[in-house]
Amino acid sequence: MATALAAGELSSVDLTQLHFDQIEKVDGAVHAFLYLDKEGALAQARTVDAKRAKGEALGPLAGVPLALKDVLAQKGIPTTCGSKMLEGWRPPYDATVVTKLKEAGIVILGKTNMDEFAMGSSTENSAYGPTHNPWDLTRIPGGSGGGSAASLAAFEAPLAIGTDTGGSIRQPAAVTGTVGVKPTYGGVSRYGLIAFSSSLDQAGPCARTVLDAALLHEIIAGHDERDSTSINAPVPQVVKAAKKLDVKGMKIGVVKELQGDGFQSGVLSRFHEGLDALVSAGAELVEVSCPTFDYALAAYYLIAPSECSSNLARFDSMRYGIRVGDDGQRSAEEVMKLTRHAGFGAEVKRRIILGTYALSSGYYDAYYGSAQKVRTLLMRDFSAAFALADVLVSPTTPTTAFKIGEQVDDPLAMYLNDIATIPVNMAGIGGMSLPCGLAEEDGLPVGFQIMSPAMRDDLMYQVGGTLEAALLAKWGAPILDKTPVLAAR
Amino acid sequence: MSQMVPMPLNYLNYDEAVAKYEPTLGLEVHVELNTKSKMFCSCSTEFGGEPNTQTCPVCLGLPGALPVVNGKAIESTILIGLALNCSIAPFSRFARKNYFYPDMPKNFQTSQYDEPICVNGYLDIEIATEEGPKQFRVEIERVHMEEDTGKSLHVGGATGRIHGAEYSLLDYNRAGIPLVEIVTKIVGGTGKYAPQVARAYVSELRDILRSLGVSDVKMEQGSMRCDVNVSLSPLDSGTLGTRSETKNVNSLRSVERAVIGEVIRQSNRLEAGERIVQETRHFLEESGQTRPGRSKEQAEDYRYFPEPDLVPVAPDSGWIEALRATLPERPSARRARLKAEWSVPDKEMTSLINAGLLDVVQETIELGAEPIRARSWWLGEISRLANERDVDPTTLITPTQVAEVISLIQNGDLTDNLARQVVEGVIAGAGRPSEVIAQRGLKVVSDDAALMLAIEAAIAAQPETAERIRGGNIPAAGALIGAVMKATGGQADAAKVRELLLKHLGQ
Repeated sequence: MATALAAGELSSVDLTQLHFDQIEKVDGAVHAFLYLDKEGALAQARTVDAKRAKGEALGPLAGVPLALKDVLAQKGIPTTCGSKMLEGWRPPYDATVVTKLKEAGIVILGKTNMDEFAMGSSTENSAYGPTHNPWDLTRIPGGSGGGSAASLAAFEAPLAIGTDTGGSIRQPAAVTGTVGVKPTYGGVSRYGLIAFSSSLDQAGPCARTVLDAALLHEIIAGHDERDSTSINAPVPQVVKAAKKLDVKGMKIGVVKELQGDGFQSGVLSRFHEGLDALVSAGAELVEVSCPTFDYALAAYYLIAPSECSSNLARFDSMRYGIRVGDDGQRSAEEVMKLTRHAGFGAEVKRRIILGTYALSSGYYDAYYGSAQKVRTLLMRDFSAAFALADVLVSPTTPTTAFKIGEQVDDPLAMYLNDIATIPVNMAGIGGMSLPCGLAEEDGLPVGFQIMSPAMRDDLMYQVGGTLEAALLAKWGAPILDKTPVLAAR
Repeated sequence: MSQMVPMPLNYLNYDEAVAKYEPTLGLEVHVELNTKSKMFCSCSTEFGGEPNTQTCPVCLGLPGALPVVNGKAIESTILIGLALNCSIAPFSRFARKNYFYPDMPKNFQTSQYDEPICVNGYLDIEIATEEGPKQFRVEIERVHMEEDTGKSLHVGGATGRIHGAEYSLLDYNRAGIPLVEIVTKIVGGTGKYAPQVARAYVSELRDILRSLGVSDVKMEQGSMRCDVNVSLSPLDSGTLGTRSETKNVNSLRSVERAVIGEVIRQSNRLEAGERIVQETRHFLEESGQTRPGRSKEQAEDYRYFPEPDLVPVAPDSGWIEALRATLPERPSARRARLKAEWSVPDKEMTSLINAGLLDVVQETIELGAEPIRARSWWLGEISRLANERDVDPTTLITPTQVAEVISLIQNGDLTDNLARQVVEGVIAGAGRPSEVIAQRGLKVVSDDAALMLAIEAAIAAQPETAERIRGGNIPAAGALIGAVMKATGGQADAAKVRELLLKHLGQ
């Protein structure tokens, strides 16, 4: 698309309108979007077209439409985080990521659905109803960024932004047959990303190909003086890496703990085909062991809720968002209570309660303190593994997309979906998921995860780009050509 | 007003209380730094702006906004730590203190908890006692940074308090203003001097902060506020009693009075066999007593944890040493220097320091006043007037005004007597010294001819007295001088009258 735009074969306005047409056609069934900004999007498209007509220099993705996860603040555009709590709130400022997208000439179509405050693995926790997987509308699109991933798989948008706290970019990518990248922690500014768990959250690119993801990655990445935790160093050259298509001599570490028990057989067989493709391309496989991974999930479910219990305290109805029970008689504290009771969904409340408990005096050391120690151990595991291998790989998820409603009453089963993605967030390193085929038992997409050392995001793009090319050569056509929604269209 | 309760017969006064109990102190001082921008954003810290005009997504705690530490605030805090002989932590972190309150935008305060930036310092202070000056070392536990909250304004209702208000307004201009908290270790061994030690510590601390230029340290405006913790234990028991925490004491005098008030209150509770409740209390300016605030028996759980949105503060030693090199003269050293420069006797110097008048006296002298006059005006007449009104002398009149009055005396335009009237006028709000002089026509009659007329009139009225003076009875001149002074409405210079009179009568 970017090439067609650059060549003047296609205007951004036409391209944008085509995507709104597709959204019109399929989003009733998919429900990827919470809000469409047709006016703003077409205005931006016109601006880009005008600049192009004048011969101004434009970025590589100028004029290309994008779907924005509703967790990022966009000035004047409703931003809900999938929660009733923020219904009607229009931020007075742009997230740094949004500023960068706008400056790059990218056309923001609208805001995509998500699990409330990014808590969930299925997008069923959205206060505005679930998103459906374009591969099978009765199944989940992953979460929390199910809307962003589904919009790509349903061809409603060619690019999307997600955020990943424990797998919220990669797991939806895996179950929708798309590409999703969680950059190194601090690689992309968190300013304007409505925090779930500050030390784990990271925004990243979602796309249909590794190269598209890399192009988007370079646009949104970089140091931001508004985010002290953003890395003040040059952005890894991920576009160059994605184009290398060469892994000769690279060592690929296969994580022993992330296969076997609990992993669906079709997932494992596609994953092994991916490994074979890499070996054929000249890479060397090494088995690595990361014993602390067994504790990662438990530690994550202490740290993330602890931070969220504090981060979500600000939603108290005093300054923005909904207000419940303010009848002139009740005290501010009572109104806060009623609002939080009505505004938050069950999963959010569950995590706030969990986190409040874990941080309580007398429990802090046993819970939050221990979880932070596990985090340190996880980082050591990764360091040891990266001493043996350039990148590490695993299936992104243990299973393909499950049915909507199937796990909604079993939070523990739901949490297990993120078993392979969480260690990456806990260690702050980079992680990518790209499609590696369809599981034979259900015909649903399987995700292949590549993990790279902190600030070496280029390595996963290099391996991902090579693997994608090898699989495409084998399949003859992109996997998304097989989506039934497309076929029915 | 609470009803007057008759005092029990065995009611202890302060002296009796400290004869039986040993007071132990703990002092927590909050200081607003005078940085241009807030602790975690670039909003202005200017005092008195229209409500909510000095705010942004960060200090309003809007979803998605992130804090960034103000480097100047860290520098100021390190300076404070160095001036208080603290070690500067090579690695310290911010922490979140979680609790819900409408004037807290994020419902947590970004503060420091178990990893403060400055630790283990001390401050040596001196107090005057009947046995001469006594030194005490107050040990500092920690100096840490945090952000201020917004302000609630309760509208309607009689009291301006939240209870009974019709509605409340919130002003977040103050939210995010940098605060430094300076916490002492337990201050023991002061015995009966506890109130003076508390005051001298806060006073010395205020002097140091002012000399560092890091804060306005205006206690009345709240840019410096003190929490006074007091506990009592029976003399020589070696135990520590339960403490009370008197919040937001906002003058040096009140710090001293709060300690006295708590010693008396707690000792009488203990005498009556009651226990001391651990609680926060509020200081009542009128009575010098405290009233209970919220009880801390069910300690609030603030669920502190390291602030994940901020990176640790790790000042390098080169920077710390560079800051150390910029530390100004210590106020105590300065006092020794000024004492020598002004040749002030020990006792008077102590009085100046205890009365908190050193700065104003220095300022008055810098404006051209003779040291001895500057001292005696502040310590004498102005302090007397302040005592009458039960206020701090420095709130009555400015050094500039005092220097102006003294300069008029030095030039012979005012007598001491007239100057007292000018000072009284200025304090009464009649305007600047020159305005008071103009309004009241207070001017020395220095015209020799006019004085001679009055002298001749006095001699004519009392010829026998004049004869006695001519005969060598100099002390008799007093009666004639008095008559001249009366005739000129007190505006003559008595010494000048004396000189002219004696000369006229051949003496």
